[in-house]
Amino acid sequence: MDTTTAPLVELDEQGLAALVEALRQRGYTVIGPTVRDGAIVLAELASAEELPYGWGMAAEAGTYRLHRRQDRAAFAHSAGPQSWKTFLHPPRARLWQAARAEDGTVTVREDDDPPPRYAFLGVRPCDLRAIAVQDRVLTGGAYADPVYGSRRAGAFVVVAECTEPSAVCFCASMGTGPGLPQGSSYDLALTETVEPWRSPGPEAGGGPRYTVRAGSPDGEDVLAALPTRPTDGEHARRAVAEAAGRMGRTMDPTDLRALMAGTMTAERWDQVANRCLTCGNCTMVCPTCFCTTTEETTDLTGDHAERWRRWDSCFDLDFSHVHGTGPVRSSARSRYRQWLTHKLGTWHDQFGSSGCVGCGRCIAWCPVGIDLTEEVAALRAEAAASEAVPPEGAP
Amino acid sequence: MHPMTPAPYRVLARHRETADTVTLDLVPAGAAPLRPFRPGQYAMLYAFGTGEIPLSTSRIDGAVLGHTVRAVGKVSEALCRAERGDWVGSRGPYGTVWQTPPAGSDVLIVSGGIGLAPLRPLIEEVLDRVGEFGTVSVLTGYRDPGDQLFLHDLPRWCSRADVRTTVDRPEPGWRGAVGLVTGLLDRADFRPEHCAAYLCGPEVMMRATARELLRRGVAAERIRVSLERNMRCATAWCGHCQLGPVLVCRDGPVFGWDHAEGLLSTPER
Repeated sequence: MDTTTAPLVELDEQGLAALVEALRQRGYTVIGPTVRDGAIVLAELASAEELPYGWGMAAEAGTYRLHRRQDRAAFAHSAGPQSWKTFLHPPRARLWQAARAEDGTVTVREDDDPPPRYAFLGVRPCDLRAIAVQDRVLTGGAYADPVYGSRRAGAFVVVAECTEPSAVCFCASMGTGPGLPQGSSYDLALTETVEPWRSPGPEAGGGPRYTVRAGSPDGEDVLAALPTRPTDGEHARRAVAEAAGRMGRTMDPTDLRALMAGTMTAERWDQVANRCLTCGNCTMVCPTCFCTTTEETTDLTGDHAERWRRWDSCFDLDFSHVHGTGPVRSSARSRYRQWLTHKLGTWHDQFGSSGCVGCGRCIAWCPVGIDLTEEVAALRAEAAASEAVPPEGAP
Repeated sequence: MHPMTPAPYRVLARHRETADTVTLDLVPAGAAPLRPFRPGQYAMLYAFGTGEIPLSTSRIDGAVLGHTVRAVGKVSEALCRAERGDWVGSRGPYGTVWQTPPAGSDVLIVSGGIGLAPLRPLIEEVLDRVGEFGTVSVLTGYRDPGDQLFLHDLPRWCSRADVRTTVDRPEPGWRGAVGLVTGLLDRADFRPEHCAAYLCGPEVMMRATARELLRRGVAAERIRVSLERNMRCATAWCGHCQLGPVLVCRDGPVFGWDHAEGLLSTPER
């Protein structure tokens, strides 16, 4: 658990509505969960009324379904098809424009539009870790990405600790949730609890309650303007602790980096390659996958050009294209292996952490239901079996 | 400035090297030129309206940056069409450098095809200070005699170094060596224990050459190679140049063989 000493207070449903309003009044574009197209997506919220009150979801390998709940919980769901990278690391971003004059001189103009100021409502601890991972990738090196960096620097983050993990969740294994880990950075953190024995609806006094604490001066400032009452937060702590025991999946995190480095010739890759469609869904839904490509567009005159960046996927055949030799990774086997060994292994070498936060999205949104926890367990078993082979001549 | 924004350069001179390869010498066209490049580093070169590709520097001469471009895709084709005075965008310098050989070492430079281009600034640097080193050998291999690069530099290079060329497919009248560039190692004069080796070319050529040098007793860390992968950003954001634990754009392109051998040991296909 996060060890902040900030006092705990409690909001009711009206208080949550006041939070959304307070953030909007401060000029933030509030992004939060809402029901759209049969999924809980992240989108701009005009008010708290758009939150998915009373909606739950169930996910399994290759499936994701919403269902009605018996209560009015707004955050009783785990990861949907999107993550916050959609907003911090947009799927398409214009980097600059260039104009060619008659004498052939080209003037490059960077976009100087002020970046959007987002308030993220309902960031799960696993996704908060994912943001921290992308912070390191996109702004932690020699070059800081201004598209990501400016959006990130202005973002107000409201965490919602997780009390309803799904069958594909394994954040407890990865040490990223369901409660906020120590040292997390956020503005406000809330924990939603509902009391099922009361009739639903705020009128009956049985609506959701939000235990809230501030993690930054900005968060304290916003919280001070809200109608709060004191709480000891015990019921919230209990709900989060219980959630940790209801993870649908686990992944043994022991020495994943070394395990991945040693699996390059494993037979399991052939097995998974027989199922993998190389569609790249896992990379699109992954909250840490950051790969992009660039595109050049021109207008009809040919004298105005724009440089765009868009998400790319290591499953795309062109991704590793080198002139003369073609794709460096031409097989499904090599591309799935690249994705998994990078995510769990070489990410440590490149960026000092794992690239996996245990959100389970890649399991739910894989059209053929490939489950990385199952693949890792199989790779581990294969490695153990090959180590267990007695040396020649042994009794 | 956005790290992805190109700086304005102009084509000072354009030299046709082969049927599909030109060298562009570029000079800054704006108030803020790029920081100085070191041999081995690369730039992201931008052809207006077409796109951007990574290109090593084949000449570093004050503010003049040379890039040797073979037309293999739409951006390189556009760059090959650039003429004297044309505008070209550039970003950089990026990547690791060919470390200057230690004083007194025998310098061995081995190239395959257009791999000679990134080695050329190193060759110039070494030849400028040729007295500080032992022997200096430049071994170049090509598929065809018509692929040879920098022929106008050769007389000068030959006057100060042992320069040898071999081709896979000789033409009538070819009087040089025939076969793989590793075949030239027997004729080069270097002391393995005092050798600093620099290799650039196709991976199969660098692997074969490095193995041959190891066999002769050159230490792995004194053999340096330059690797190539797809790159879109050069700033370690785009992920395209992944090679196991490294990002070639950031951690390379120049690696010691003690490091590169492991990187290249896993068949990626």
